[in-house]
Amino acid sequence: MGHRLADLLHGRPRLQVGALLAGPVGWLVIGYLGSLAVLLIAAFWTVSPLSGELTRSLSLENFETLFNEPVYRDIAWRTVRIAALVTVTDAILAFPIAFYMAKLASRRGRAILIVAVLLPLWSSYLVKVYSWRTMLSSGGIVNWALEPFGLHGPGFGITAVWLVMSYLWLPYMILPIYAGLERIPDSLISASEDLGASPFTTFRRVILPLVFPAVVAGSIFTFSLTLGDYITPRLVSNSQFIGNVVFNNFVTNLPLASAFALVPIVVMIAYLLVARKLGAFEHI
Amino acid sequence: MKTQDAHPARAAWLVVTGLLAFMLLLAGCGSSSNNTTGKELTKIGKGEGALSLISWAGYVEPEWTKPFEQKTGCKVSDKVAGTSDEMVQLMRTGQYDGVSASGNASARLVDGGDVDPVNVSLVPNYKTIFSELKDQPYNTFNGVHYGIPHGRGANLLMWNTNDVKPPPTSWSVILEPKEAAKYKGKISAYDDPIYIADAAVYLKAHQPNLGIENPYELNEEQFEAAVNLLKEQRANVGEYWSEAAKQISAFANGDVQVGTTWQYQYFELLGAGKPVAASPASQGFLPSEGATGWSDTWMISSQAKHPNCMYMWMNWIVSPKVNAEVAQFFGEAPAQSLACEHTEEKNFCAKYHAENPAFWKRVYFWETPVSDCGNGSSDCKNYNDWLNAWTAIKG
Repeated sequence: MGHRLADLLHGRPRLQVGALLAGPVGWLVIGYLGSLAVLLIAAFWTVSPLSGELTRSLSLENFETLFNEPVYRDIAWRTVRIAALVTVTDAILAFPIAFYMAKLASRRGRAILIVAVLLPLWSSYLVKVYSWRTMLSSGGIVNWALEPFGLHGPGFGITAVWLVMSYLWLPYMILPIYAGLERIPDSLISASEDLGASPFTTFRRVILPLVFPAVVAGSIFTFSLTLGDYITPRLVSNSQFIGNVVFNNFVTNLPLASAFALVPIVVMIAYLLVARKLGAFEHI
Repeated sequence: MKTQDAHPARAAWLVVTGLLAFMLLLAGCGSSSNNTTGKELTKIGKGEGALSLISWAGYVEPEWTKPFEQKTGCKVSDKVAGTSDEMVQLMRTGQYDGVSASGNASARLVDGGDVDPVNVSLVPNYKTIFSELKDQPYNTFNGVHYGIPHGRGANLLMWNTNDVKPPPTSWSVILEPKEAAKYKGKISAYDDPIYIADAAVYLKAHQPNLGIENPYELNEEQFEAAVNLLKEQRANVGEYWSEAAKQISAFANGDVQVGTTWQYQYFELLGAGKPVAASPASQGFLPSEGATGWSDTWMISSQAKHPNCMYMWMNWIVSPKVNAEVAQFFGEAPAQSLACEHTEEKNFCAKYHAENPAFWKRVYFWETPVSDCGNGSSDCKNYNDWLNAWTAIKG
C-alpha cells in the first residue's frame, strides 16, 4: 500500500504538491471563504417578520434600508472614524517605544520590553475590557486619581471606547514597527548625521520613509480589529458600532446583519488596496 | 511578490468566480419550509433516557433536576440563554427538546413551526395551574395549546436609596424628560427592542389620547410616540444593559442610580448589602402605571428527540412541590395553584400576588409584536419594525 502510494507520487511533482496543499486549501475555501459566501448571499435574502424564516429570493431591500435610514450611516461613519483615530493614536504611541526597543535599549532592556509588550496578549480580551470598565467607572481608580486636581475621568462613552481600543491593539502596532526599525542599518542613521542632518531631518527623510511600510502593516491590524469589535463599545459605552448592529440583528434579521457586515469588508478591501500601494506587503 | 503580480491577480479572480458560482448555487437551492404543525403526542411512552433544554438562568437547577433524573431516568442537559432572540435561534437548530419561552419568543416559535402543540391531557398537573395563565395569547394559538405555564413576574423599577430621593412611585423618574434629567447619565435601561413596550405602558397612563390598549400592539402614531420618548430618554441613559452581571456592576459602582431591572439583579445587589430598593411585587407595589413583565411557557420542539422525557419534564416542573421551589429560587409567582402550600415562606404566594388576578391586570406580559392589532386592523408595527426602531433609538 505504502509502496504503491510512493510509486504513484514518484515523478509527479504536481500531484505531490496537490496532496500536500489539499487540506489547508480545502479548509480555506470551504470553511473560510464558503462561510463568507453564505453570509454574503444572505444579504440579498429577506426575512418574514413574524417567524423570522428566511425568504430565499434575491432582493435589494436590505441595502435600501441601510442607505435610507440615517442611523446606519451614522453608525458606519462612527465605526470608521474611531478605527482611524485608534490607528493614529497607536502609531504615535508605538513609534517611540519601538524605536527605543530597536535602536537604544540594551539587549536585556530589549528583552524586558518585548515581554512587557507581549504580556497583555496573554490575558483574556474580556478581562482587559472589564478591568478598564472598572477603572473608568464613577467610583473607579481614574476618577480617584484625578479628583485631587478637581478633574473627572471620561466615564463611559465614545472617549472610553477610544482609550480601551488604543490600549488593546497597541502591541499589534509596536511589533511590526519594531521589526521594521530593526531592519534599518544603524550606518544609515550615522551617515545622515555625518552629512549634517538634524535628528528631526534624519527622522523625516531617512527613518520614516524606510519604516513607513511597517507602520502601514501595523495599521492594518489596529484598523481592522477596531472595525470589527463590538464587545468594547458594548461594555464601556452606549454607542453602537457596526458589529453591535450585526450582533443585534443576527438572530432576528440575518439578511440585514449580512448586508451591514459587507460594509467593513468593503472598507477593509479599500484599505488593503491603499496599503498595498504604500508598500505594506513588500517584505512579507 | 510585486514581480509576479499577474499570478495573484489571476488567482484572486478565480476565487471570486468560484465564490460567485457557489453563491448562485446556494441562491438556487430555494427554501425547504418545515411547517409541520398539528402532531401532538397522544400517549406518553417510556422515557428516552435524555432531555436537552433551553432555559432562563435559574429555571433548571440541580435541586429539582436530580430528583427528576432519578424518577424518570431522563438525564437533563441544559443550555442557558440570555435573550428571547437567542432562544429562538437555538430552537431553530433542532437540537433541543424544549424551551422556557417568554411571550416575545413563543409566537415566533409557533409561526416558524419550531414547536409542537402540547396535549395538556398528558400533563396531569396542568389542571391545577392558575386559570388566568391558561389560554393566553402567548401560549395558546387559534385555540391550540402550545405549552405549559412556568411562572410569572413583573419587571422592576430599582433605585439607589442614597441618591434617589424621595422613593419614586412612577416610571416618570426615568421616562419623563424633565424628571429624568435630574439623573442624567445615571439611568439604566434594558437593551432590547421589547423595552419600547415600557415606554408604551408609560404613555398609556400619561397620554390617554393616544389610545394605547396593549403595549405590544402599537399603530404608527402610538409607536412613534413611544420611540420618541425613548429617543429623548437616551440622552439621560448612563447605560443600557442586557447582561444581568453588567447591570449589577453598574449599580454597585455607582455608575447608574435608577433604572429597570429583574428580580435576579435586585436580590443579588440586596444580598451584597448594596443600598438599593425596588418596587417588587413582593412589596405589593408596582409603579403607578403598572409594568411590563413575563409569563414563561415550557414548549416542546417539533424536532424533539426525547418527546416522552419532555412531557415528563413539563409535568414535573409544574408539580406543586417543584414549582414552589422554582418560584422561590427565582423570586417569581408560581404557575401551579397547589404550589402555595409547599413554599418555605408561608405567605410567599400572597407576597408575590400569585393568587391575586387584579394585581396582574397591571402587568403587561411580553408578547411578540405582530402587524395584526387584534382588533381587525393590521397596521400595527411588527417585531422587525421594533428591532429597527431600537437601533435608531440607540443611534
